[in-house]
Amino acid sequence: MKRYHSLQEIREDIDAGKTSCVELTRYYLSNIKKKSSLNAFLEVYEQEALAKAEEIDKKIAAGKAGRLAGMVVGLKDVLCHKDHRLQASSKILDGFKSKFNATAVQRLIDEDAIIIGRQNCDEFAMGSSNENSAFGPVLNDVDNSRVPGGSSGGSAAAVQADLCLASLGSDTGGSVRQPAAFCGIIGLKPTYSRISRYGLIAYASSFDCIGIITRSIEDAALLLEVVAGRDDYDSTVSSREVPEYTKMLKTSKKYKIGYLRESVESKGVSDEIKKHTLKALELLKKQGHIVEPVQFKLLDYILPTYYILTTAEASSNLSRYDGVRYGYRAEGATDMVSLYKKTRSQGFGKEVKKRIMLGTFVLSAGYYDAYYTKAQKVRRLIKEETDRILSQYDFFITPTTTTVAFKIGEHEGDPLSMYLADLFTVQANLCGLPAISIPNGCDSNGLPIGIQLMTKSFAEQELLAFSKYMLELQTN
Amino acid sequence: MKIDKKTVENIAHLARLEFTEEEKLELTDSLSKILDWVDKLSEINTEGVEPLIHMSEETNVLREDIPQNTLSHSDALDNAPKKDSDYFRVPKFLG
Repeated sequence: MKRYHSLQEIREDIDAGKTSCVELTRYYLSNIKKKSSLNAFLEVYEQEALAKAEEIDKKIAAGKAGRLAGMVVGLKDVLCHKDHRLQASSKILDGFKSKFNATAVQRLIDEDAIIIGRQNCDEFAMGSSNENSAFGPVLNDVDNSRVPGGSSGGSAAAVQADLCLASLGSDTGGSVRQPAAFCGIIGLKPTYSRISRYGLIAYASSFDCIGIITRSIEDAALLLEVVAGRDDYDSTVSSREVPEYTKMLKTSKKYKIGYLRESVESKGVSDEIKKHTLKALELLKKQGHIVEPVQFKLLDYILPTYYILTTAEASSNLSRYDGVRYGYRAEGATDMVSLYKKTRSQGFGKEVKKRIMLGTFVLSAGYYDAYYTKAQKVRRLIKEETDRILSQYDFFITPTTTTVAFKIGEHEGDPLSMYLADLFTVQANLCGLPAISIPNGCDSNGLPIGIQLMTKSFAEQELLAFSKYMLELQTN
Repeated sequence: MKIDKKTVENIAHLARLEFTEEEKLELTDSLSKILDWVDKLSEINTEGVEPLIHMSEETNVLREDIPQNTLSHSDALDNAPKKDSDYFRVPKFLG
């Protein structure tokens, strides 16, 4: 079967009688089996997906199909899917089954998407390489000795290796964009609060966003249109109308674009990534866009601010895993405190425990103001400075990552060097802004490179239209 | 900032976690390194800056005060590692 890049291609072939939902689902299921060594899926819903495919084929024939009919999607293991297991790639949620659907998942189902399985990720979405999963690392399909990125590593590798057409992931500091870059596909993190977080396992609530991983801008636009918007179950979700992104993907405007000067000059960014980024910028200039370097004075403070605030929020969010109401419970506890301690110590992995410890420390009496409040203040300064740049420029461009996909185990024992993998992506989460990673060629070893575009709050339509335009420039 | 083993033990208790002696040593080292790294924020003057706390522009989102049962009793108990017909079961904690 041919490799599809968008739902539109699939629908055209279904309408022409060349394929069907059942055939497509069989195709993806067989790919999942062939590529099982990638470890992208924790669970595959074979029978259920096939039954659903059959049902949707009938709906299509009757002209009653939803907007996502023909789309086979995977879910990162942080999204509630009713009567299906969910465990954030952690032992502490062993045996847990969702009692309801996340709002985003419900909206996929309502529009007839076929959910094919639950995807591996870093435990509780904490990581940049998918090496922190209790179920082992995910491999990059381009080079199996390398990581797919993280934390939505399984979700990105699955789209990369054609195990499904699209995935829903989550992005707290780059967890959708960074793996999309490492896997040569598209990763969209919308504005904070654009998509309901109901049913998304919380990591750091003031940063968490459901994100979308696809092979085409059209599919990213369609999925965002379907899952975004008001929700009675999330009081923080935006009540703004959801634009019809899919109808606004054409643009012929001349834009003003700022790019981060340090990202094409710094020693910390690999030469090939710098070269590809400059080439993309040059191409934009040739088309008559204004392209200017921008200095971001607070660059060095982005990651420390992010780690203080996310670990603090995580330590609080993860306090609910105590072995009482659901998930794993340790044996041999003698009282409540020992039940909590044993359960949590055995159930959480190493990186998660470290982040809970750091978060508890920065929130503890005597250190709260020096760390937590301080970081919240710096967060405001970073947001103000970023908003100032975006008041002068339509888009702010950086490479998505400082390096291409690294080797499995490369950063072992040096967490700080791993944290740097998120240098360019974290800014959008600190500021609540929408950002996307799109493919920007490959290095000399054939490893994918991503370029990131960030824009103003709720300007996803311009972001998507301009991303599509940039991708077309590359191929023309 | 350097933290010592005693601080690690104290924080571990607050976080309801326990560690082996070896893990405590490792954490003392890695947490100290991370704290040294985040101490960089002290270079920035934040006097008079309001902490940024809420990221959503929505305020006071209310709904009609109509009771709803979103999770039934049996569903709520369903995932419990230990339960009886009505309650979650936990070890005795009053002497």
